[in-house]
Amino acid sequence: MAAPVPGVLAAFDHIDGALDAIHELKASGHTDLTVYSAAPNHEIEAAIGHPVSRVRLFTLIGGLTGCTAGYAMTTWMSYDWPLLVGGKPIASIPPYVVIMFELTILIGALSTVAGMIILSIRRSVRGKPFHPRFSDDQVGIFAPCAAHQADAVSRVFTTHGAVEVTREG
Amino acid sequence: MTAITQPGPPLTQTHAEVTRDVVATLGTPSRGYYLALFGAVGMFLVGLGTFVMLLKDGLGLAGYVHPVMWLVYITTFVFWVGIGHAGTLISAILYLFRSPWRTAVYRSTEAMTVFAVMTAGLFPIIHIGRQWIFYWLLPYPNQRMLWPNFKSPLIWDVFAIGTYLTVSTTFLVVGLVPDIAAVRDKVSGWRKKVYAMCSLGWTGSDNQWRHYTRGYLYLAALATPLVLSVHSVVSWDFAMSIVPGWHGTIFAPYFVAGAIYSGIGMVLTLLVPLRKVLKLEHMITEYHFDNLAKLTLLTGSILFYAYLMEYFVGWYSANTFEQTTFFRRAFGPQWWAGWSMIICNAFVSQLLWFRKIRTNLTALFVISIFINVGMWFERYVIIASSLSNDYIPYAWAQANPTWADWGILVGSFGWFLMYFLLFARTFPIVAIQEIKEMIPMPRRKRGGAH
Repeated sequence: MAAPVPGVLAAFDHIDGALDAIHELKASGHTDLTVYSAAPNHEIEAAIGHPVSRVRLFTLIGGLTGCTAGYAMTTWMSYDWPLLVGGKPIASIPPYVVIMFELTILIGALSTVAGMIILSIRRSVRGKPFHPRFSDDQVGIFAPCAAHQADAVSRVFTTHGAVEVTREG
Repeated sequence: MTAITQPGPPLTQTHAEVTRDVVATLGTPSRGYYLALFGAVGMFLVGLGTFVMLLKDGLGLAGYVHPVMWLVYITTFVFWVGIGHAGTLISAILYLFRSPWRTAVYRSTEAMTVFAVMTAGLFPIIHIGRQWIFYWLLPYPNQRMLWPNFKSPLIWDVFAIGTYLTVSTTFLVVGLVPDIAAVRDKVSGWRKKVYAMCSLGWTGSDNQWRHYTRGYLYLAALATPLVLSVHSVVSWDFAMSIVPGWHGTIFAPYFVAGAIYSGIGMVLTLLVPLRKVLKLEHMITEYHFDNLAKLTLLTGSILFYAYLMEYFVGWYSANTFEQTTFFRRAFGPQWWAGWSMIICNAFVSQLLWFRKIRTNLTALFVISIFINVGMWFERYVIIASSLSNDYIPYAWAQANPTWADWGILVGSFGWFLMYFLLFARTFPIVAIQEIKEMIPMPRRKRGGAH
């Protein structure tokens, strides 16, 4: 069990109130915010300002690995047990394109999922508070902060219409 | 007559109502559900019994007669692979096109895909006769270092179907994770513990969504060419040979269009009763059925064109064997199968030009049954008619399916429906988070929606 992270957790019914709170907290130096929502939201994404996910690197590397593996496997196996039919090449690229394509998709898809899991774990939410309403209809914001900053952070949340504000840790 | 009256997508609901309504589908099942499940298990047991007999006595029980050594099992294999295609079309291709109507129906179609491909995967194994050595199809290091022939379309198929099953299952599971988390936060007791384990610690944090949305986009981008390739590869099982009626260059697009057509037929067959049993009438509406019917009409018309082209090319080839094959499809001993295919697929789908039919549930359900029957017959006609009369007329023979063929066919429907029904009661059959994404969150101030 991860140790609880100290900070303030707020729940919002209205998206614009949550966005205003995110902007104000970021302006006052609270950049390590965690925002919970039931569905992906472009406005929250823009307010937080994350760079584009690096999942695409996993997809690219996985796809290229699959394609290379497809080529290497078919060609090597053909020469390992050569079947000479009608004077045609032992290893022939056109029919092997199908295997290369399938493995590109297969390894590309599996590495994409691996990337999603690895990248999500890297910036884990463990120790950070969560409320079940955030997967239903509320937006949650957790601002990690020291005890002496908690009052100011709570005030920002309340000003922007938070329906519930709790101190954590 | 069950005319659907609710217009448009369900944008009037709140986020909380969406969660409530979908979680309600996971409550105590109705009597109708148990009856359907009981029927499915019964059908599966028929198939299982037949399979045990096949293991004991061999493939001689099936209707194979030389030279017709592919019959009902390969027909049914192609049928189930085709069924799977509509799911990936709706979940991946329409996702890339940002088509709004897919959200309410894509989860059920995606589940249908996974279970249909699972069903399809059984058939080559049943068909090979010595089922216990099916793994010889895979390239694994063995005593003699003997490898598969990668120039054979049958080996391409092993890779295509394996990849399709893995990727479509992955796509389904990834899409389910946020929804399982939503269910986890609504239920209690042991169910909460199970859903908590399945949700993989999902909280819907900004960081999780950031990687999730990107990853999902790339999965959709990978699944899109895959769905088009899988049935092309299946079609090459036939088109790469020189059997009359098989070696046509139109086979890949012809099979892909037919696959999507049959898949949407099955989606309609499943969704019409499912929305009633699970009380999802306000979520899966006229809007969704109308769009599914339009897609059926499009793919059905492509198929109609392919049928015409197939006959035209057969005649224009001036090849006696090719011409004879197509003549026998329409007027040979199994003319009823040939005409069932043409009437059920090419003609019945044309009824969907009428909006009144597209939005009438009873009519759609009946048409969908015709599509399922017609598409099974299409594969049967392609396989049985071509093999029964090839280039050596004295070897021609007419194969007739036996109880062992029909038993396995019935069992496959039971196997498929059993998994689908269990899934529908265990996991959200409507994508909670994607529907919520379409409903703007409430605002204190007016305007400024994204």
